[in-house]
Amino acid sequence: MWTLIHKFGSPPWFYRFATTAIRWLLPIVLVALVVGCVWGLLYAPPDFRQGNSYRIIYIHVPAAVVALAGYYVMAFAGLVSLVWKIKMADTAMRAVAPVGAALTFIALVTGSIWGKPTWGAWWVWDARITSMLILLFLYLGVVALFEAYENQEVAAKACAVLSLVGTVNIPIIYKSVDWWYSLHQPASIKFTGESAIDASMLYPLLLNIGVFYALFALVVMMNMRAALLERHGKAAWLREVLG
Amino acid sequence: MYFESLNAAWEMAGHGPFVWSAYGITFLVIAGLILIPHQRARQAEIALRAEGEREGYTGAEARDAGETGAS
Repeated sequence: MWTLIHKFGSPPWFYRFATTAIRWLLPIVLVALVVGCVWGLLYAPPDFRQGNSYRIIYIHVPAAVVALAGYYVMAFAGLVSLVWKIKMADTAMRAVAPVGAALTFIALVTGSIWGKPTWGAWWVWDARITSMLILLFLYLGVVALFEAYENQEVAAKACAVLSLVGTVNIPIIYKSVDWWYSLHQPASIKFTGESAIDASMLYPLLLNIGVFYALFALVVMMNMRAALLERHGKAAWLREVLG
Repeated sequence: MYFESLNAAWEMAGHGPFVWSAYGITFLVIAGLILIPHQRARQAEIALRAEGEREGYTGAEARDAGETGAS
């Protein structure tokens, strides 16, 4: 663990790692995304109650799951930044925030589009949806806070505190469908016990959840690599790599 | 394929506009997520290379000037 944090904390090591990883991951993610979406859109059977509108879950659920997990990644980077003052943790935090915001946006918009034919409304102030909206504001808050400060160290500290305080929202989002009488349906996939979804519908969903995790990792690495190029332009190791 | 024709897949028994627009928006956002950092990195690389070449040129020139001065 320590060696891993130490390695990721080194800009030259990370730059080389990310450059290779992006080259491999990008085509894999794009192909798998197309396969997962075509599978869900055209080959999975329709839901016996919701008809075809349920096909939106193949992007809605993966986006929501990864938006939540991504918040933990950002908060962990914030913690590392606050405690150990590792610069790369600030870079990671800053790289995650827009990706998390985009995924939360996808989850909210696709959920809203699904809600119209299914619930008869584009938007409902339901506990799950409202807490997801707060998640979007938290991500956007971190993005805005980084831009607001001239001094990057102060900005990183403020963002780390905001990310850590915001983590209280994550279990609320997870549990909102159980705690409140909610219009949003509870989770169909369960880690313990049998899932309430047929295998023919489950496999493309699991594939797309994997794809969205990979997409998240890919875009975060791309953002961090771009930030390193912009910031370490004068560094000898970067000159050496660029040739 | 589950649907009998591409037309049926497009219409999805009335749910087509909802489903396809949701996928369309998602793909646009994903394209933006990938293209923005790609563009940022490319521009930074171009700027760094240009700067490097400029410095390399003046460095070589300075060396040449030094050599001529010595002889």
